[in-house]
Amino acid sequence: MLKTISIYLNENPTLRYWIIRPEWVAVILLIISIISSIQLSPFFADLAFIMDSATPYVEYGLIAIILTLIIISGEIDLSIASMIALTAVIFGTAYNAGLGMPISMLIALFSGTLCGLFNGILVTQLQIPSIILTIGTLTLYRGIAQSLASDFSLGGYPSWFIGIDYRYIGIVPIPVIIFTVFAIVVGFFLSSTIYGKQLYLIGTNPQTAKYSGIKVDRIKLLLFTLSGLVCGIAGVLTTSRLAVARFNMATGAELEIVLMVMLGGTYIFGGRGNIFGTFIAFWIVVILRAGLNVARIKIESQLTILGAMLIIAIILTNYIYSKSQK
Amino acid sequence: MTLFDKFLRIRELGIFSIIVVFVIVAAIIDPRFMTLDSWRAVFLAIPLILVMAMGQMMVIICRHVDISIGSILAFSAIVIGLLYIQFPGLSLWLSLIITAFVGLVMGLINGIIVTRFNVHSIIVTLGTLSLYRGLVFIVSGGRQIDRNDIPEHVVSFSQTSFLFSIPGILIFSAIIVVITHLVMRHSVLGREIYATGSNPVAAHLKGINVTKVTLFCFGICGMLAGVAGLFYASRFGYVNPGVTGVGIEFIVIAGVIIGGTSITGGSGSVLGTFLGILLLGIINVALPVLNIPGEFQKAIYGLIIVVALALDQLIIYRMKKLSGGINA
Repeated sequence: MLKTISIYLNENPTLRYWIIRPEWVAVILLIISIISSIQLSPFFADLAFIMDSATPYVEYGLIAIILTLIIISGEIDLSIASMIALTAVIFGTAYNAGLGMPISMLIALFSGTLCGLFNGILVTQLQIPSIILTIGTLTLYRGIAQSLASDFSLGGYPSWFIGIDYRYIGIVPIPVIIFTVFAIVVGFFLSSTIYGKQLYLIGTNPQTAKYSGIKVDRIKLLLFTLSGLVCGIAGVLTTSRLAVARFNMATGAELEIVLMVMLGGTYIFGGRGNIFGTFIAFWIVVILRAGLNVARIKIESQLTILGAMLIIAIILTNYIYSKSQK
Repeated sequence: MTLFDKFLRIRELGIFSIIVVFVIVAAIIDPRFMTLDSWRAVFLAIPLILVMAMGQMMVIICRHVDISIGSILAFSAIVIGLLYIQFPGLSLWLSLIITAFVGLVMGLINGIIVTRFNVHSIIVTLGTLSLYRGLVFIVSGGRQIDRNDIPEHVVSFSQTSFLFSIPGILIFSAIIVVITHLVMRHSVLGREIYATGSNPVAAHLKGINVTKVTLFCFGICGMLAGVAGLFYASRFGYVNPGVTGVGIEFIVIAGVIIGGTSITGGSGSVLGTFLGILLLGIINVALPVLNIPGEFQKAIYGLIIVVALALDQLIIYRMKKLSGGINA
């Protein structure tokens, strides 16, 4: 039975291409996590509850989508969580200095962009491997946030600004809508424009991409800058949700963001992956977290499960790609 | 090779002169910095990081990075703390062996995943960083090991010893540093680690078992992080599941990199790493003396890492140009 299927698939490469894809792992995992969460608690099967529990992860989801692009092009950005904290702290400092809401927001977005640009310049001009450079800037940005805010919580925002997660359209909170629209736009960009195709080419073979006239360095620089900008947006969103900005917010968020990208079947060495997978993986993380919370498993113990899932996701994705490459 | 050796020596000279300048400037600004007390503080701060840095240096020379060492430290510290609650009479040697074994197992798990599935070590250890931290909470039940749970002979290990009452952890870490130096410089295994790091493919063709060498590096790195767990319990007198070892991996990596170990693998020395860690320890103690608030410490460390990375890359670029090799 299995053998006939595999022979049939080998004869039909198009069909095999559609069936052996890592995104299906994400879909299957999503279904499994929904079913097991419902088993844990009957109250879980409530769409409004799931939507509500999604809002804290929207900020991570936004960044995961940009990180998908970065990983497809063969780089990685691990300084994301620190950039959230830094932009949030800069936003809070600017607002408390009496600069007014619009200018503070602009400053936050601008500082995020600058951080991303700094990463990008060091990666493209000095050719430092991004995985190790962003570990350095991770410490640097978090340190700057700590120097700025010390141990204080920067609060005192107007009431219209606080609590974006409590604004709904129907039963869908506004952050979830932002995330979905963003995912659709970037997904369209990646799959249907020439720039999207260029990202895959860069990730598969940067040397070839360079010789075929793609401006590799400029595109990578743009991606890192974009990552900084989105982290700035995420920083402002987080501040709105929590009503305070602290230097230690989003600590360890890089795990969840990288997990979202990896679960979505993006290949860690670049060149493969898509936004649909990341979008599904976002919901896996949301449902997993909500399910574990409903099952009253401690937040800290959940780390074990998330860490194990990251490793399993990488191994599975690598395995599937090695199969589909044959 | 002689040119390369000379080059390394110049690198270590560089960081050594930075240390000297920094100490002189600090001493001029505030003479309090040159007292015995602040140097005692420096040498009490570094053993913990120094021991971990020896393992991390091996891993980085081997072209990998292990960022889970903070969680390994916390796990072995929690395990030994829980054992002290049950058996307060546990001897120091036995606890050393236990923590080393716990760390060795966790390091080997990292190594096996990295070598078996061929995934970048930073991503793997990002996963195990959380995995091990979660285990710390599960094993301890979220409870802190308090000062009075840790027996007296363990606490005194970090305060005094039979030898001129130099703290025991200092002597012990010095022994580990010397052993690492001997292994890296004068043993076949050490040379194989350098060979693997400079070119894994060539090393394999030359008949070096790259998998075994990588596993060895990760195992030793985990083992030394485990031993550092015992040092932590002894030095600070408490183990908190949420605080112990959080973020320490970045300090260790910073020390190794500014010590001249190249992140692209294949070069680096024990002396350089020691000087790198010493510089971080001096900065740590000098900040309050120089009236710089403690909040700036992390930013300064981060800046040091980034500058060291940039310098490292510039040096590699220069060397490639000098040797007339690849156009980088």
